[in-house]
Amino acid sequence: MTTRVGVVTFPGSLDDRDARRAVRLAGAEPVALWHRDKDLHQVDAVVLPGGFSYGDYLRCGAISRFSPVMETVIEQARAGMPVLGICNGFQVLCESHLLPGALTRNDSLHFICRDQKLRIENNGTAWTRDYAAGQEIVVPLKNGEGRFVADERVLDELEAEGRVVARYLDVNPNGSYRDIAGITNAAGNVVGLMPHPEHAVEPLTGPTTEGLGFFTSVLKQLVNA
Amino acid sequence: MSLDTVKNAEQTPDAAQPWAELGLKQDEYARIREILGRRPTGAELAMYSVMWSEHCSYKSSKVHLKQFGEKKPETDAMLVGIGENAGVVDVGQGYAVTFKVESHNHPSYIEPYQGAATGIGGIVRDILAMGARPVAVMDPLRFGAADHPDTRRVLPGIVAGIGGYGNCLGLPNIGGEVVFDSCYQGNPLVNALCVGVMKHEDIHLAQASGAGNKVILYGARTGGDGIGGVSVLASETFDDSKPAKRPAVQVGDPFQEKLLIECTLEIFGEKLVKGIQDLGGAGLSCATSELASAGSGGMRIDLDTVHLRDHTLSPEEILMSESQERMCAIVEPDKVARFLEICEKWDVIANVIGEVTDGERLEIYWHGELVVDVPPRTVAHEGPTYQRPFARPSWQDALQADAPTAERLARPTTGEGLKADLLKVASHPNQASKSWITDQYDRYVLGNTVLSHGEDSGMIRIDDETNLGVSVATDGNGRFTKLDPYTGAQLALAEAYRNVAAGGAKPLAVSDCLNFGSPEDPDVMWQFAEATRGLADACLTLGTPVTGGNVSLYNQTGEVAIHPTPVVAVLGVIDDVTRRTPVAFAEEGQLLYLLGDTADELGGSAWSQAVHEHLGGLPPKVDLERERLLGEILISGSRDGMIDAAHDLSDGGLGQALVESCLKGGRGARIVVPEGLDPFVFLFSESAGRAVVAVPRSEELRFNDMCTARGLPATRIGVVDGDTLDVQGQFTVSLAELKDAHTGVIEALLG
Repeated sequence: MTTRVGVVTFPGSLDDRDARRAVRLAGAEPVALWHRDKDLHQVDAVVLPGGFSYGDYLRCGAISRFSPVMETVIEQARAGMPVLGICNGFQVLCESHLLPGALTRNDSLHFICRDQKLRIENNGTAWTRDYAAGQEIVVPLKNGEGRFVADERVLDELEAEGRVVARYLDVNPNGSYRDIAGITNAAGNVVGLMPHPEHAVEPLTGPTTEGLGFFTSVLKQLVNA
Repeated sequence: MSLDTVKNAEQTPDAAQPWAELGLKQDEYARIREILGRRPTGAELAMYSVMWSEHCSYKSSKVHLKQFGEKKPETDAMLVGIGENAGVVDVGQGYAVTFKVESHNHPSYIEPYQGAATGIGGIVRDILAMGARPVAVMDPLRFGAADHPDTRRVLPGIVAGIGGYGNCLGLPNIGGEVVFDSCYQGNPLVNALCVGVMKHEDIHLAQASGAGNKVILYGARTGGDGIGGVSVLASETFDDSKPAKRPAVQVGDPFQEKLLIECTLEIFGEKLVKGIQDLGGAGLSCATSELASAGSGGMRIDLDTVHLRDHTLSPEEILMSESQERMCAIVEPDKVARFLEICEKWDVIANVIGEVTDGERLEIYWHGELVVDVPPRTVAHEGPTYQRPFARPSWQDALQADAPTAERLARPTTGEGLKADLLKVASHPNQASKSWITDQYDRYVLGNTVLSHGEDSGMIRIDDETNLGVSVATDGNGRFTKLDPYTGAQLALAEAYRNVAAGGAKPLAVSDCLNFGSPEDPDVMWQFAEATRGLADACLTLGTPVTGGNVSLYNQTGEVAIHPTPVVAVLGVIDDVTRRTPVAFAEEGQLLYLLGDTADELGGSAWSQAVHEHLGGLPPKVDLERERLLGEILISGSRDGMIDAAHDLSDGGLGQALVESCLKGGRGARIVVPEGLDPFVFLFSESAGRAVVAVPRSEELRFNDMCTARGLPATRIGVVDGDTLDVQGQFTVSLAELKDAHTGVIEALLG
């Protein structure tokens, strides 16, 4: 049976089609999910894509978090379903309290789009199994509000529990605390990532194909589960 | 406060009207009275004044623009030509591509962020209105001197506005230009280009036909922004108890536009629309009169059904408002319910505001009273036409005589001198890396970007299965055009054409944005006449028709006009995007060939600007047949795997092209100056019709044979090698030193 990975479209989602393409290239079946629809249509995992859902009104991700689809996503995530939030999706996960901390305005105060080097710090999550621990990858990064912040206690906790999934290398593009590019929940099924692995899945259009691992990882996770 | 109805206008023929304040000339006002057989109502006067403005009616430029139609080359590619929201080109496999470049210069100077943002918004809606999904944007920009304090005010705002709007729409920004010159100090140019893709059968036009069909206005609520000149009318007609200070520059909401795009595409997908028009300049006045004018029959609008943001707006203001993110559709009655349902799905407000009639008039009612009753063509398409006087400026001869000869401008004569000038050119803000700017734009979204910033053209894939793609380049050299407008406009086309071909795509069609000073100045009008003549002639020779575009006049402060700046966009098609040619020298050992002829042509060059701050002489000569031949070689070479890198030679000549290709690929080059060529001319001349290419050793013979057989001069000038740029017998410069010179310049001045 084909693994079904849902990609949610909120009003203002932008990278939803890219995320579906990445899911397809990884060998799974992409399923478009609509923000108003609570039904997840029997998907095995969910991607919350990048974009400016609700125009970033109020705060990034703050309104999307209350959409009908998120009620089910939050419930299922707590029950162990793999969920990956990319960029705006990461913001939605923080607003939903599935992940700690918050994403704030880049320290440069500019939107930044660049090919970013990362180190995979934790290859035990549902979305990073296909990477080696400590593997360095390059994927696009593009955000205006990607600076990960949290209080010292939370940061220490994330570090102690190995819940920092990826860290910026060479350049910290947005002032994220402790160079954090992505984190996971304690169970390892929910991952939030500021850079965009879905834009590094084809040699033609990406700087590398090193983002594909996030999508193949979840496939393995689900097949082995 | 009383409503100025048609009846009232008939009864008070002598009421004073503020036609002059609205920018109308006395004879124009007289003509309106003649058309209507009475004085216009306030609402009618507002409509005519804005639709007959230079911006909407092209009254000064029309007589020259018609050459683009008269000299149109024979081509099967053109599906929709000039006159619609944007031209449409056939790119094969059932796909059609639409593209257009437009200006938003004046608003962006007044309010940089919103001016630039709504420039993107407007051009994107034009593309959407053709039935296409917008898939990429580009921004040709011109600013005053990079170190001028006001550039610090204007540039960051404009760049943030383009990024803020385009990024939020999810459209990759795949190219454009940034040029600094003090002539643009008080008149920055903010041009915006959008590309859209559709299937042939999805092409939509802006026309209202079929009596009984409904007129639906959907998108953002109408507010008091962007009313501009019409506020004069409001202030004279109405009391001052309502909000007085409204922005003359519109305020954009990209989130609303994103919803509008998705909603509209879903509506197109279900074939619910007979005709469609976006609301841009002149708002509802323009949309209703153009739709009615292009269709059959008339139109009736009930203006009080328009959804408003500000309930105190008068009918005149509603007609003139340039509130963003709105569209107007013509829908058959039995499809209205489904249309509204899709709007609801996307949280887009939609209202039926009128219907197509079997009459011949555009009739607009306000709470049941007739306030506009006009023949729509007289508003939309039969505005005034001027034959503005023009004459070759008295200073033109002296400017051309001031050629940058070795006697007048000191040329480097030693290797060290050449190296110093190479670094000066590479570190001048015009040639320096623009990554500080372009890194504020999302180039990845949609996942189809094949080439973007720092390449000769922007290229996107339009079909995942077949790898069909299109590319676009925009170019325009104001310095060349100032020296000789006819040649300068042709050079702009030649460069954009060459850039598209260098990426491996076949040039198909042109869109242009003509930025000039005041048409009331005969010098400027001569520049305009010469530039349009040059461009039309060149388009005919190269077989690339002008499909649409925009004219921006009055770009001047006091008596001083900007350099005449025709920005030319060329669209090309490539059957297989995996065959595209990047500019980067990526393979050690590949052979470097200089294609074309190099002459001592330094007039208007980057060298003369960066080293001597000089502008004089004649621009490089144009040989369009050579451009075509070069293009064919570049395209064949790319398709058949004979070329792995190509970079067109333009600003800064060969030297600058080598710097860019080396830095982009992280590889050096060993270069030999060909016999008989002066090293300075070799490195800095800007002769047109040239490119540098990297050829794999295994392909050298085949490539040479092709060039010889086709008669294109190809000179082997070196090899990709090491981590220095080594011009043998002259100088060596490390990539690190080149990178230091080329990067960090813009952020140091403006960051």
